[in-house]
Amino acid sequence: MTLDVPTTVKLASYVGAGFCIGLGAIGAALGEGFTAGLANQSISSDPRKSGDIIKNMLVGQAIAESAGIFALVIAILLIFLESPGTSLVKAAALVGAGLSMGLGAVGSGIGSGYPGGKACLGISMQPTVSGRLTTNMLIGSAVCQTPAIFSMVIALMLMFLDFGKGAVSPTWAALLGAGICMGFGAIGSGIGSGYPGGEACLGIARQPTASGLLTTNMLIGSAVCQTPAIFSMVIALMLMFLDFGKAPPSPTWAALLGAGISTGLAAIGSGMGGGMAAGASCEGVARNPDTIGQTTTTMLVGQAVSQTPSIFGLLVSLILMFKVYPEATTLAAPMALLGAGLCMGAGGIGPGIGNGMTAQGAVTWVARNIEAAGVLTRTMLVGQAVSQSTAIYAMVVSLVLMFVV
Amino acid sequence: MAIEGADLVKAAAFIGAGLAMGFGAIGPGVGEGYAAGKACEAIGRKPEEADLLTRTMLVGQAVSESTGIYSLVVALLLLFVV
Repeated sequence: MTLDVPTTVKLASYVGAGFCIGLGAIGAALGEGFTAGLANQSISSDPRKSGDIIKNMLVGQAIAESAGIFALVIAILLIFLESPGTSLVKAAALVGAGLSMGLGAVGSGIGSGYPGGKACLGISMQPTVSGRLTTNMLIGSAVCQTPAIFSMVIALMLMFLDFGKGAVSPTWAALLGAGICMGFGAIGSGIGSGYPGGEACLGIARQPTASGLLTTNMLIGSAVCQTPAIFSMVIALMLMFLDFGKAPPSPTWAALLGAGISTGLAAIGSGMGGGMAAGASCEGVARNPDTIGQTTTTMLVGQAVSQTPSIFGLLVSLILMFKVYPEATTLAAPMALLGAGLCMGAGGIGPGIGNGMTAQGAVTWVARNIEAAGVLTRTMLVGQAVSQSTAIYAMVVSLVLMFVV
Repeated sequence: MAIEGADLVKAAAFIGAGLAMGFGAIGPGVGEGYAAGKACEAIGRKPEEADLLTRTMLVGQAVSESTGIYSLVVALLLLFVV
């Protein structure tokens, strides 16, 4: 049995559609379930406020749903698309589009559930500020959707741009890699920016007078959380628009796929970690608004260190894309480059989350005990440095795979 | 491109090295971060015990690091020995 090119492209678009809505449905459902759970908890503590709480829950869930709706739209487009592709490259681009949107919706869906749920809790604690809480929830959840929107943009570009001019190999790997990179890269930032959104809602309920400060603090924190998703978008765009057609197909295909995996996976940890620090900062400012300067500073230092693994991932991706490879006749040469991408990508996840947990502990206690800010910042940096070590091992192994073996 | 046995073994060793160090780095990264976060909380509560707490944190992290080092050793074995 042989497949002609249009049939293969059609097959790829159906597979892409399956990935897209299958993965894309995970996050929105989890996020909305979290919101509904906290809404019930809130109603049980103050049943008279159920009207406000249910209204807030539905608005919050609607925003979390949008990530799932983006995935649905892309999946339907993939199914009914009259593909302009006359080349096998299009098949890879369509699978990449499905992965980008499907994976990319996971984080945003989960993340936007936090502000929704915590705003419901806040209404039961402090019914007088329910309007202010819903507003803050909307701002916080909207920021959580940013990574899903990045993913949708990359998916649409992969679907509708014509990549048919270059050689099939390694261009297919560049396009598939772009989709994987943006998809994974959006997960961490989406989940991470949910934490400050949720804590800011709870904080406004606790300390309504500080609501302006809290919204600002939330926005600073969640903006920093977007960095890993932006790195992923940059690498995805580079993979789509740089011309790799003249490079030898093997091992370049593995290098390009590895480049996408490296930044995409490493961004998961850094996005979540940055969010943990930002959430602690919002919580701390609500508890003790006078400490906002020191708390925000500690948060930013902690977030900056949490970004390190995603920067390592970016570095490995850039090396994989721009290194000049001789034509490889063995299988070992491409596998070394694919292994380098997997190693740095997966290796960056844990340290990113760990650095965030460290920053969370430090920021929480700077707000409670500002006299200890110096020793806390020092301990945080020492702890983060140790937690970073495995990311450095992963980078060393990646560099050995790229340059030594 | 003809794939020979020795080439296939090398290819598998390289992918294996990447997977070993990549996945092996996840646990220690999270675990050490958790230990450090708790140490910061404890120092926030009792700043006068900062030295003892930092020491305990470092010992705990060193133990948590061990599986990361195992992964590194296995990755290096796969890269340079087998």
